[in-house]
Amino acid sequence: MSTLGILLTLIVLAAFSYYIGRKRSLALATPMQRGGNNLHSLPSYYGYLVVAWAIIPALLVFVLWSTLEKPLLTSSMMSHIPAEYQDKSADERSLISNRILNLVHNPERLATADPLFKAAAEDYQQMQSLSNIIKTLLVLALAIAGTFIGLRHVKPKTRARNQVERVVQIIMIGCASIAILTTLGIVFSVLFESFRFFGQVPATDFLFGTHWSPQTALRADQAGSSGSFGAIPLFVGTLLISAIALLIAVPLGLMSAIYLSEYASPTLRAYAKPAMEILAGIPTVVYGFFAALTVAPLIRSMGESFGLSVASESALAAGLVMGIMIIPFMSSLSDDVINAVPQAMRDGSYGMGATKSETIKQVIIPAALPGIVGAFLLAASRAIGETMIVVMAAGLAANMTINPLEAVTTVTVQIVTLLTGDQEFDSAKTLAAFALGLSLFVVTLILNVVALHIVRKYREQYD
Amino acid sequence: MSTTTEKVKATLGKRYAKEKRFRFYGLASIALSLLFLVILLTDIVGKGLPAFSSTYIKLDVQLDAPTLGVSTDATPEQLRMANYNTAVLNSLNTLLPGVTDRKEKKALKGLVSGDAQYELQRMVMDDPQLIGTTQSVWVLADDDIDVYYKGNIDRTLPEGDRRIKDFQLVWLDKLEAEGRIDSKFNTTFFTRGDSREPEEAGILSALVGSFYTLLVTLSLSFPIGVAAALYLEEFAPKNNFWVDLIEVNINNLAAVPSIVFGLLGLAVFIQLFGLPRSAPLIGGLVLTLMTLPTIIIASRAALRSVPPSIREGALGIGASKTQTVFQNVLPLAMPGILTGTIIGMAHALGETAPLLMIGMIAFIMDVPDSVTSPSTVLPVQIYLWADSPERAFTERTSAAIMVLLTFLVSMNLIAVILRKRFERRW
Repeated sequence: MSTLGILLTLIVLAAFSYYIGRKRSLALATPMQRGGNNLHSLPSYYGYLVVAWAIIPALLVFVLWSTLEKPLLTSSMMSHIPAEYQDKSADERSLISNRILNLVHNPERLATADPLFKAAAEDYQQMQSLSNIIKTLLVLALAIAGTFIGLRHVKPKTRARNQVERVVQIIMIGCASIAILTTLGIVFSVLFESFRFFGQVPATDFLFGTHWSPQTALRADQAGSSGSFGAIPLFVGTLLISAIALLIAVPLGLMSAIYLSEYASPTLRAYAKPAMEILAGIPTVVYGFFAALTVAPLIRSMGESFGLSVASESALAAGLVMGIMIIPFMSSLSDDVINAVPQAMRDGSYGMGATKSETIKQVIIPAALPGIVGAFLLAASRAIGETMIVVMAAGLAANMTINPLEAVTTVTVQIVTLLTGDQEFDSAKTLAAFALGLSLFVVTLILNVVALHIVRKYREQYD
Repeated sequence: MSTTTEKVKATLGKRYAKEKRFRFYGLASIALSLLFLVILLTDIVGKGLPAFSSTYIKLDVQLDAPTLGVSTDATPEQLRMANYNTAVLNSLNTLLPGVTDRKEKKALKGLVSGDAQYELQRMVMDDPQLIGTTQSVWVLADDDIDVYYKGNIDRTLPEGDRRIKDFQLVWLDKLEAEGRIDSKFNTTFFTRGDSREPEEAGILSALVGSFYTLLVTLSLSFPIGVAAALYLEEFAPKNNFWVDLIEVNINNLAAVPSIVFGLLGLAVFIQLFGLPRSAPLIGGLVLTLMTLPTIIIASRAALRSVPPSIREGALGIGASKTQTVFQNVLPLAMPGILTGTIIGMAHALGETAPLLMIGMIAFIMDVPDSVTSPSTVLPVQIYLWADSPERAFTERTSAAIMVLLTFLVSMNLIAVILRKRFERRW
């Protein structure tokens, strides 16, 4: 049965078990005329109890089976292919397994396939359908058995509500823990692949090398570069573009926030604030398109009219548009911190005869400084991790330069270039993307932790 | 008058001027930010509007059996394989006779889109009676012709600098004089998948891919997000190490670059679990992990805004903690939770980078029919088209952006209306 079919059957079974569970509890209850209700919980809780018994074990088995099915089937398939393929390298084995799986998914190619692969693919198909039958039967049997066990628990003295509530509580804890699992998943997947990368390329070469050209030779005897993975040019490019972006976003964002919270009339604020939020809601791919097709040619022609040579994928274009994207982020964060400064501090300053701008510059900004620094750090983390704008508007060549009119590349651009398209997963080239991902994750994590810490400290100060 | 007052008076003018300047800087930065927004939107709309119409050429096609290479009683299979290409060529030759040069012959064929013969195929297969008749058919013009009629090719330029040569202009003028060229609403754009030919490319497959991806995202992130928020806000013990760890994690995940989630999806869902690449299922899973923090944070804020009196009232008349939360607190917090969810979904709809990592960057012509079939999403389609060199694709990219922005604006509007309509001040 298909996944959807199994899930739909489980839903029907759940509705059915709720119905009979509830009905049974009512049948067991002493009628009202003879001394009233002797059930511990409301009848619906007995229904839910039966549902929990019916669904939860079946669903767990189903999810577990579905996730493990494919890896197990593949490894069993690979252990059945002839011995001469067994001792090939891991790369070649994964290539063979991909070819066989390809046959499985495109049965029309079976007729023309290599007989060895054909046999393996047909084997796989058989095992797959067998596994599917066992899975369906097992899940449905568990659900039905669960219903019966659940029904046996329906007794007037069963504390159905407490049991159901405990189950609900456990499910909620599980959902909340997904946040931890996600972080762990990120850390382990990035770390694991990075370690494999550092097994091939020394970490010092990666962190301190100044030459980036990730093309590795496919064969040992092939002419051409052997690939060098010095990430310094990428870091420099990332910092250059982020710096341009922040140079635009921080003053504009901060001044907008100051004007909106200190000067603007309520009407202006009511319209200008949401209008600026629109900038934050525009997808980054749209900014990328704008940067690549409108801003970059504009900057190029402007530069040329001044006699400057400007690369068509200049860092300036990407940084400028990224800056526009971050303005609302910066302004709404600063708006929050400026509003949190107590009114008494403003009143004190006015009482001394200061003008509004003097109050802002000498009282409010110093008071709000930790929060503004936090906002700045969060904006910087945004700029460093931003992908689509730079993928579309910045270059691919790893130049080490701080001239904003030249093309530079960034960490995120390289991750995308290295990982899009069909590559073998084990080459240093693809693994390099994970090492870059690790450095990106670590840097943004540090920025975020520090920024959130500063902001929280600051909030406590005035609360 | 004391000296202090004099001193103050003397500098007052300067200080007020400074005040004015400062105020002006603030206003100017808001104006500048909004100006950027206006420029961005007008640029996109200006580029994208022409894509909603496309140029058609009227051909008189002789659908006689010998040309098509079929008999009148042909089976559908024979009709499908018939030679419509020659029929199109013949009709072009009768319209513009006397073309002998090889280059010009090629250009003549290139006047109409490659889709013209399939258009004929569809017509004949719908109604085999057409064989033997001559039909007037409006067929799609080639993208270069389309670009020319939208005024993006300047015929005063020297011939070498134009995509359309002088002899082609002569043909076009002749066709136009005969009333054989017309511009119609571009339905192809909304009813087809991607194509290498700009005039045949549409966004339907990307839209459906986005729909499936968001369906997966919504059906996972909403229940999980609400359950997590309920636990953290209502049930979790305070000052517990694990609970604090969860909270720190959620706050940090909200600020992790989206591309890192793509790496997670690639390493875990594809490499480890062997789920199919390019499928909305994985896209949905990755976007779920990405939007969960947003939904959890918004839901917690909504739950926090329900006053304690509601909980105390329910507990006071004997409800259990769980009953109180699910039957009293949650319904009151629902508008806020839904608003947060819609904003999270809008975010997910516009997200591109993590989906590139998990292979949703494929060239997809067919409309995906399930959450496991290969597909792409609207932002990725925009990215792919933006990379194409043809002028006509720039136009379609902008049009696709307009469609995407329309969806985002309507989602945000729904969120705003929901908030306005159901928000309760306690």
